[in-house]
Amino acid sequence: MRHTISILVENKFGVLSRVSGLFSGRGFNIESLSVGETIDPAISLMTIVTSGDDRIVEQITKQLNKLIDIIKVVDYMEVDHVEREMVLIKVAPKKNDKTEFLKLAEIFRGRIVDSGTTTFTVEITGDEKKIDAFIELIKPFGIKEFVRTGKVAIAREGVKKPK
Amino acid sequence: MKISGAEILIECLKKEGVKHIFGYPGGVVLNIFDTLYDEKDVELILARHEQGAIHAADGYARVSGKVGVAIVTSGPGATNTVTGIATASMDSIPLVVFSGQVPTMLIGNDAFQEADIVGITRPCTKHNYLVKDIKDLAKTVREAFHIASTGRPGPVLIDLPKDVTAGMADFKWPAEVKLRSYNPTYQGNKWMIKQAAQMIAKAKKPVIMAGGGVILSGASKELKGLAETARIPVTMTLMGLGGFPGTHKLSLGMLGMHGTYYANKSVQDSDLLIGIGVRFDDRVTGKTSAFAPDAKIIHIDIDPTSIRKNVRVDLPVVGDVKNVLKDMIKAVKEQKAQWDAVRSAWLKQIDYWKDEKPLSYNLNKKIIKPEFVVEKIYEVSKGEAIICTEVGQNQMWAAQFYKYDKPRQLLTSGGLGTMGYGFPAAIGAQIACPGKLVFDIAGDGSIQMNIQELATAVINKLPVKVAILNNGYLGMVRQWQELFFRERYSHTKLDVIPDFVKVAEAYGAVGLRAEKPDEVVPVLREALKIKDKPVFMDFVVDWKEKVFPMVPAGAAIDEMIFEEEEKRSEKKLKAVK
Repeated sequence: MRHTISILVENKFGVLSRVSGLFSGRGFNIESLSVGETIDPAISLMTIVTSGDDRIVEQITKQLNKLIDIIKVVDYMEVDHVEREMVLIKVAPKKNDKTEFLKLAEIFRGRIVDSGTTTFTVEITGDEKKIDAFIELIKPFGIKEFVRTGKVAIAREGVKKPK
Repeated sequence: MKISGAEILIECLKKEGVKHIFGYPGGVVLNIFDTLYDEKDVELILARHEQGAIHAADGYARVSGKVGVAIVTSGPGATNTVTGIATASMDSIPLVVFSGQVPTMLIGNDAFQEADIVGITRPCTKHNYLVKDIKDLAKTVREAFHIASTGRPGPVLIDLPKDVTAGMADFKWPAEVKLRSYNPTYQGNKWMIKQAAQMIAKAKKPVIMAGGGVILSGASKELKGLAETARIPVTMTLMGLGGFPGTHKLSLGMLGMHGTYYANKSVQDSDLLIGIGVRFDDRVTGKTSAFAPDAKIIHIDIDPTSIRKNVRVDLPVVGDVKNVLKDMIKAVKEQKAQWDAVRSAWLKQIDYWKDEKPLSYNLNKKIIKPEFVVEKIYEVSKGEAIICTEVGQNQMWAAQFYKYDKPRQLLTSGGLGTMGYGFPAAIGAQIACPGKLVFDIAGDGSIQMNIQELATAVINKLPVKVAILNNGYLGMVRQWQELFFRERYSHTKLDVIPDFVKVAEAYGAVGLRAEKPDEVVPVLREALKIKDKPVFMDFVVDWKEKVFPMVPAGAAIDEMIFEEEEKRSEKKLKAVK
């Protein structure tokens, strides 16, 4: 099962390696990771996506909770939530394809953040499915460069996930 | 008034009530050692290897219940402690280890004797620190002792760059430790405890399985209270031995791979298993899918990560074992059951198993059996010695044939299984308890792993008794080779074994030897007379002797093999493999 785990940590050196060590120590891969400061600069938030059977993920979340520098761990499997990630894609469409490409970007509410004589760079934000769908559609136009952020997630207000 | 970082460090140790530290000097810790030169209240015990220092600190901690402290230099000094830190971590032993580090300016430059010890020890410490600013020093030490000794205890390492110990600052001891992210649960959930009491009252065939947590929590009295109140037999893990009196009628001895027949039988047949301060290690459970198949499992532990890690749990209680057991005794008493009547059939069944296959070995008049040596150690020490062990056959015989009635009486590397642990641990134990009789039950392989600590014991006039069960082999591995690898003794025969009597004498210690069974007791008696130096006793034992009962790896714990059945069970062994 795929788990999105959000971890509130002390903003100190070495914390990331403590966290990642719990995954690597069990031969687990981190599929995506994003880290940023919270409103309180002494605290950072990490969002980690990982796959594994529930028992092992339960063990990892417990072990995370046990780390001294970790304040709170939430496994979003158990919580209804909103997820977002972002990609920047540099595309070099042929002359005749430019309009179609721009239309597609618009449909996906993409923003052109840079344009040159031969390339456009488009920014797309959304959940994983939306981004995957967009990538599939624009592959034929010729992707020059591609970067994708880790996932971030936030719980929906007052909604409990039905069991 | 400003004082040096090294002085701040020693002041901190005094505030924590530290009397003894174990260590080894080196370039970047010179300031600390210079401060120790005039120090009266804190004594440094100089080991002969950093691994010896860390195991000694560990032995000191296990015997006294205090935090063990070690100080070593950077680079190799620090990396030499890693085995000892991992040993303490696996067995939840509170240690604070200070490692020197190159000056902050040079960190990351591959400076002389530099190692990223914080990175290296991250997975085997409870927590670790690199102090980059002298202002953080006192606070860090305070936190480290707090973290090491509370909750589920464990080792904490503090890396001290040279400029931090050489620098000057005011000494401010923080009044309290504030860690928003560290709040162990000490009290068990009342509702869960009530449920547990009801399960205990309903159970027909309950068994308590007690582990190291009972000893760490100081809960022996409470454990005895619960067992006696509800008439529940108690088996112990290796780490739990002494947590419940080994000579008690309700004791089943140790369970697991080399556990007693009756302990393993009882667990497998039980309808309720109460795990107290245990983590259901694979050496205890055997094949987990076949472990206690008909039992409901109650698991009491302070560490939530232990629960459901290895086995299914029907009722978890997270909390300090001592507190939980106090509440549980109350709750059990409220059940008002006729305990003696309820349990009589079960206890009778267990007595039958005890009679059917007690722990045994074939006594021989010509050749010393290692089990015989351990039995005699038990007799001459009247069951009151502190026993340290190395790892392997010696460890299992020490667990099987010495009856531990008190907690903190057996010091052994249960989790990591560190050869070379016992002798330095015995040194640490003897420093903590100068008047006590301290034995290290060793093998000829293990003792050679930290034999240099003879010098530490001699110089400190420590009368540690080292009983070497000398079979000329790495016995436990040889046993596996005999049983599972067609007697192909690949690299387990120690062709050159030093004359341990001469080794002892060369260090200024006493060396004794017994080659026949009737020499064993006289040698032990001779050793007991020596009060001011260590003794090596070289017991030349039967090399063919194996540890039984034995549960082959991957089998269920009631699939035991026994001495007399050895040949007959060959087929069974192959099937298991």
